[in-house]
Amino acid sequence: MNKDDVDVGRRRFLTAATTVLGGVGAAFALVPFLGAWKPSAKAQAAGAPVEIDISRLEESAQMTVEWRGKPVWVVRRTKAMIDELNNLTSRLRDPDSNESLQPADAKNVWRSIKPEYFVAIGICTHLGCVPTYRPDIGGVSADWPGGFYCPCHGSSYDLAGRVYKGVPAPLNLEIPPYEYLSDTVLLIGANKGETV
Amino acid sequence: MKKLLTGLLGWVDDRIPLTQVWNEHLAQYYAPKNFNFWYFFGSLALVVLVIQLVSGIWLTMSYNPTAEGAFDSVEYIMRDVDYGWLIRYMHTTGASAFFIVVYMHMFRGLLYGSFQKPRELVWLLGMGIFLVLMAEAFMGYLLPWGQMSFWGAQVIISLFGAIPYIGEDLTLWIRGDYNISGVTLNRFFALHVIALPLILVGLVFLHVVALHKVGSNNPDGIEIKKLKDINGIPLDGIPFQPYYTVKDLFGVVVFLIVFAIVMFFMPEMGGYFIEHPNFIPADPLKTPEHIAPVWYFTPYYSILRAIPDKFLGVVAMGASVAFLFVLPWLDRGNVRSIRYRGPYFKTAVALFVVSFFVLGYLGAQAPTPAKTLLARIFSAVYFLFFILMPFYTKYDKNKPVPARVT
Repeated sequence: MNKDDVDVGRRRFLTAATTVLGGVGAAFALVPFLGAWKPSAKAQAAGAPVEIDISRLEESAQMTVEWRGKPVWVVRRTKAMIDELNNLTSRLRDPDSNESLQPADAKNVWRSIKPEYFVAIGICTHLGCVPTYRPDIGGVSADWPGGFYCPCHGSSYDLAGRVYKGVPAPLNLEIPPYEYLSDTVLLIGANKGETV
Repeated sequence: MKKLLTGLLGWVDDRIPLTQVWNEHLAQYYAPKNFNFWYFFGSLALVVLVIQLVSGIWLTMSYNPTAEGAFDSVEYIMRDVDYGWLIRYMHTTGASAFFIVVYMHMFRGLLYGSFQKPRELVWLLGMGIFLVLMAEAFMGYLLPWGQMSFWGAQVIISLFGAIPYIGEDLTLWIRGDYNISGVTLNRFFALHVIALPLILVGLVFLHVVALHKVGSNNPDGIEIKKLKDINGIPLDGIPFQPYYTVKDLFGVVVFLIVFAIVMFFMPEMGGYFIEHPNFIPADPLKTPEHIAPVWYFTPYYSILRAIPDKFLGVVAMGASVAFLFVLPWLDRGNVRSIRYRGPYFKTAVALFVVSFFVLGYLGAQAPTPAKTLLARIFSAVYFLFFILMPFYTKYDKNKPVPARVT
């Protein structure tokens, strides 16, 4: 075949078209591989709401339950603990929880539906460690009013899970959706009848 | 008999370039004649890679990658499998040995300017290997499913959560569950034993191919290809086989003696090679009092902790590794080897080494205000080494470089 007979334009077009179509096909082929990494139906089912009984929780005590593999705390706060929350505003990074995650009915000073019972996901918003419950006044530092302290990188939160200024954690502790089935039974993972 | 073997070799050579490859890469591959101690670590890295591949394959034969079975299967390997303890300690010691060898290898490159033109791709491919190695070590560390496995992975995966907008969804996608679980363990196992080793071996191959294209640098940083004899052989070059194969074999023997001492007598290395909390099964509800990464990640971890902002901390930690990639373009010096560099570069390298060790020490300790301050100072030194490099290398009082290697 003579070199002059080659239709360069046609060849270039066919090459380009094949490349583009092949690229699109390869991009679509990625979908199942990326999709397979999402939480499976089984993992989602295991993340269903859990019921907990708080009738035996004593004043200033903490209990931990597992929801979606994460620790969820319930702390029964005393009157003094609840009153103290109003005095801390100036030391907190997000005192009104505008940036933080919580259901609408827990967006208040106590960050809970009922002031007495504080429910939160016990995972530090910095890098995911579990903070320790330190209700002892003056326990972590001289002016410690009681709260949660993360041993990993020193982040600290007040007794409503609100993060202090000057620590690595950026946000308040996350409050999971929850609701009261009765005065003593909580359902974690559902809010106002809606499951997440 | 000899005739038969020669005939067989001819038959093979007609079908695959066996003799040609042997000559090009060993028997007639001319390397500078002045290699020193620092030049052991390239071949040692290859030896450790083989140790890790072989011991790793044997470990998978008895390991169970599920949340329920992982911890127990590791204990089963340690107690009930014949020589299981040896194979596991080989793998754990090999992991730390890999980083020691690779850090020495990288430091050699820094000392003698081995990353400079025309070896930029050798350096970049090597950095790729380093990155994959870090991923490999991180994912392998989750597999024993101890407390440190779990919480180490929790912290590292949470780093991705610092990325604005997509962070939270990204961490969910990486874990495949709402928290680290058996799902995460299983996929890390797949990546650790199949995907990353394949990439690693591929990159190592390319690293050697790129090196053999441009030829090795040497402690004098002199290009030996500039001066050749009438046969086109570099005057300062000697064939790799037998000269450096023998030298490297000596290095391998010494290395294996040290390796065996650690493996048999101190495989935990006082909690630095295998951390003590990892003898407790993973508990998603309780973080250990003090968590620290394995020693080879502590400098970067120190930098992460030094910065009192989640997102910027993650950025700084990423930058601390990323800066190494662009080393060939930060160095504006006109000589390669530290032997002929001026006082600025020597001082900078000394400060960098000190900051690397101090950060490494601090990263293994619990944070206190004084230690955090120290970490901040040395993080600054670490970054200034790179940021100021274009200036102090350019204006340094370098010495004249001889024409031939010394």
